[in-house]
Amino acid sequence: MAVAGEKSEINKIISDGIWQSNPIFKQVLGICSTLAVTNLVLNTMVMCIALAFTLSLSAATVSAMRRSTPRNVRMMVETLIIAFYVIIVDVLLKAYWPQMSNSLGPYVGLIITNCIVMGRCEAYANSQPIGRAFLDGLFNALGYSFVLLIIAVFRELFGMGTLLGYQMPYFSGPHWGKWIIMVMPPGAFFMLAIVTWILRSIQMTREDKQK
Amino acid sequence: MNAESQIAQAMIVCLSAVFTNNILLTYFLGMCPFLGCSREVKTSLGLGFAVIFVLTFTCMLNWVTYHYILLPLGLEFFRFILFIITIAAFVQFVEMVLDRTSPLLYQKLGIFLPLITVNCAILGASLFMVIRDYSFIVTIGYGLGSGIGWLLAIIAMAGIRQKLANERIPRGLQGPGITLIIAGLMALAFIGFTGVLQGK
Repeated sequence: MAVAGEKSEINKIISDGIWQSNPIFKQVLGICSTLAVTNLVLNTMVMCIALAFTLSLSAATVSAMRRSTPRNVRMMVETLIIAFYVIIVDVLLKAYWPQMSNSLGPYVGLIITNCIVMGRCEAYANSQPIGRAFLDGLFNALGYSFVLLIIAVFRELFGMGTLLGYQMPYFSGPHWGKWIIMVMPPGAFFMLAIVTWILRSIQMTREDKQK
Repeated sequence: MNAESQIAQAMIVCLSAVFTNNILLTYFLGMCPFLGCSREVKTSLGLGFAVIFVLTFTCMLNWVTYHYILLPLGLEFFRFILFIITIAAFVQFVEMVLDRTSPLLYQKLGIFLPLITVNCAILGASLFMVIRDYSFIVTIGYGLGSGIGWLLAIIAMAGIRQKLANERIPRGLQGPGITLIIAGLMALAFIGFTGVLQGK
């Protein structure tokens, strides 16, 4: 029975993180980086990995320290834990991939104030065991990543005619007038709005059917 | 560089932070409160002024701590933690001062101050200031301009959203969806300012 309970709990974590209460299109958190890094697929992938690393490990750490953290300085401790992991990511990127570090600019550092990380630590990790907190962080990061990758693929393809820097057959040819607007800021807003619209509509239709 | 040309550069940076490189519509910083708290013009006005105030002063404080503490010690990577502590401490301090000295202002801005600690525009502006290697005077201009730009964007958004309250919007697009589309249109409009300022 206990095993079954554990299993359904994990299933719930997975479906909540990726779909039911997806951080991007359902809760609308962490929008800054969503819009800023999705002009290139490669940047987006690095950002997603950085976020997954920070989110899952800081959720686990917050959970591990939940009994020894005084309530009134909780937020500050959480922020420092998150900042600790962000510094690791930042130093690693600077050392091994300085070019990527430059093109992501301040957005790696801004993971500290990314509402998803803080939100998961506050809402879940500081009252749950370590393993679950880690999984919750990881699957929320996956939910974040899949929405970001959808946006990034369309923005890079329509805007530059490439994917991951490789020329794509039709889109880089002369028949496709490149939609430069897609890699500029307005394109980010429109693309996120459209993705939110589609995914929310799918979600709502499904919920209606279940009733 | 002499003081005069620095002040001139500071003004250019300030104007470009308001219009051509708006911190919200070009760099997407401070999106969460922009989407969450832009339902009423009054609320967004209060939030906007709190952001201008905190952003300008934390930028200056962070410039001083970065250039006089972190750089001499060679601890640049430590800036994230130092900046976030400076911001949190400053916000706490302002809250205490306002509470004691001006209850009216505290009532107006007080509720927004805790929110601001986690506003990415504040940390983002400090990080940009380091990346772009601004001098102190230019940093003041940058902080002020970024704050004003943020205020401008959120007020415009709140005004539009108040008009939208009675419109019929597709169900999946309600809330964040339509707000993002409006933000996109605003970003398009702000692109029109490109080229107005040649300096930076």
